[in-house]
Amino acid sequence: MSARASTSTGQRSASQADGDHDGNRPPVIAVSALTKRYGEVEAVRGIDLAVHAGETFGFLGPNGAGKTTTIKILCTLAKATSGTATVASFDTATQRDAVRRNIGLVFQDTTLDGYLTAEQNLRFHAELYGVPKEAVQPRMRQVLDMVGLWDRKDGLVSTYSGGMQRRLEIARGLLHAPRVLFLDEPTVGLDPQTRLSIWAYINELKAREDITIFLTTHYMDEAEHCDRIAIIDHGKIVAIDTPEALKASVGKDRVQIHTADDQAAIVALAANFGIEAAVHDGALTFSVAGGEQFVPRLFTELGVPIRSVSVSRPSLDDAFMSYTGKTIRDAEASGTDPMRQMAAHMRGRR
Amino acid sequence: MVTDTVTPAAESAVVDSIRVAGPAGGRRHDLRAISIVWRRELIRFRSDRLRAVTSLVQPVLFLFILGTGLSTLARRGMPPGVDFKTFIYPGVLAMSVLFTSIFSAGSIVWDREFGFLREMLVAPVSRASIVIGKCLGGATIATFQGIIFLALAGFAHVPYDPVLLLALVGELLLLSFTLTAFGVMMAARITQFQAFMALTQMLVMPLFFLSGALYPLSGLPSWLTILTRIDPLTYVVGPMRHAVFSHLSVPASAQHLLAPGLTWGGWPVPVWLSLGIVAVMGLAMMEIAIAQFRKTE
Repeated sequence: MSARASTSTGQRSASQADGDHDGNRPPVIAVSALTKRYGEVEAVRGIDLAVHAGETFGFLGPNGAGKTTTIKILCTLAKATSGTATVASFDTATQRDAVRRNIGLVFQDTTLDGYLTAEQNLRFHAELYGVPKEAVQPRMRQVLDMVGLWDRKDGLVSTYSGGMQRRLEIARGLLHAPRVLFLDEPTVGLDPQTRLSIWAYINELKAREDITIFLTTHYMDEAEHCDRIAIIDHGKIVAIDTPEALKASVGKDRVQIHTADDQAAIVALAANFGIEAAVHDGALTFSVAGGEQFVPRLFTELGVPIRSVSVSRPSLDDAFMSYTGKTIRDAEASGTDPMRQMAAHMRGRR
Repeated sequence: MVTDTVTPAAESAVVDSIRVAGPAGGRRHDLRAISIVWRRELIRFRSDRLRAVTSLVQPVLFLFILGTGLSTLARRGMPPGVDFKTFIYPGVLAMSVLFTSIFSAGSIVWDREFGFLREMLVAPVSRASIVIGKCLGGATIATFQGIIFLALAGFAHVPYDPVLLLALVGELLLLSFTLTAFGVMMAARITQFQAFMALTQMLVMPLFFLSGALYPLSGLPSWLTILTRIDPLTYVVGPMRHAVFSHLSVPASAQHLLAPGLTWGGWPVPVWLSLGIVAVMGLAMMEIAIAQFRKTE
């Protein structure tokens, strides 16, 4: 079921990606047949992608799906095994410095110097990126204002909270006025409130700067902020579309039930309704068209005592599930995934 | 001053002016990068006064405790009028920059662990400028460290002669640069700070003991003679001692005994060659470090 759905939507979104936006401007990020292999492990297995100017584009997938590897190739931090990628019309393989001058980077792990003040960190960045001397001071003020840290610019970064550090990194990523800002899991490790405030700042900078944002995330609520999302699983893009279209494409509601005997209920659902169900996140979960109308039938025809029922409209979670056959948390939980281990290994090393 | 509200015009002006700084920057851009990496070392050294003090403890111990303690024993072998402390002073001065240079290079390992190295490596600058900035930064702060110890010269009966001081500072700078380059070369490969500390600890003491810092280099058993000639530190300690003794009013015989000048199988190595060897080694190790950092992503 999921395989069929992904093919049809895959084709639809591909044609949409070409026809959408103004066709005259070349895409800011263009990726074609990209692969990356680490020894035995194929982390990226043929990715095609076009991101347009001004878009907020999200890569959604579990850890180890190939998100970080792809972003590394786009940022010239890793070489692709095959395929091409251009950023701001520069080739990531052959025009490394030109690409770097046009991108801002915010990594999962902090890359600030805690022994320097916020201002010193920004100055360091400005010099390394060759920001014209006369522009450094006003631009620094601008980006620090944008993330609400101007008053704290003289504070040592080691005294900053996690959320402040992330905001400072975003400000620093913008300092040299890049055309694309890459955010690799921008709110990972932050508490929910701080995550919300980071998004408020990101939306603010979208309003102020002419910039394209490319981000990776494995938080569904975060993906909702994006103009378009690519769902990536096992190194491949299985769907690209707007969050709304992805959700609509599911076409079914999600029903979660708690029963006296889940195994018996799974058997009964298959036998009586022809519905495939599985236990996700501790509840028996399945998708069905017209969920609310289905519930009364469920009670009379299931034959297994039901303790509770919840029906929800399709969320990105459901879209993710319909394309990959699993929830993102299930995908995360399978710790034996070799690509995930590889990803963890690569992160730890750098 | 810029106001809080950013007008679109002002903003695009900034954006445009920044975009203009394309590849044209070239060499000037590299110089800015070298300079900021160098300045960061200085800022961090200034904010870390504890390190400046603690790294003086060891040379002070060597000079005043070991130096004074051994001087009663050494008196019989020393020419009259020459203090043992004066004899070991140049070697201990070299020691005062030894740890600081190598540990400042070790901050690369630290930076890697805490992520900041990545900020440098993803920038659109050549790896060479980052390595050069790092080497010069380490050399500068280690030389500062040496200058503090140089202020104690009087306690070892070394005169505060401007020419002598200038020569010593120059030699310290050269030594610090080479040692930092050595440290950066090691740091390019080592990913854990503990491993870096352990390895350098293991190397630093043999370097010091083989340099002739605590004993004259003439009349040694041949195995030790060979080892001392392999130690790069020897080629700085020799010229520094030569400089100190040529500014003392001691008889030629005493100078010949205590600062005989370096020889290779009887051939006296001139001071310029001695220092030239150290400089070439430093540059070579920096070159290796640059090549290694180019290889890392």
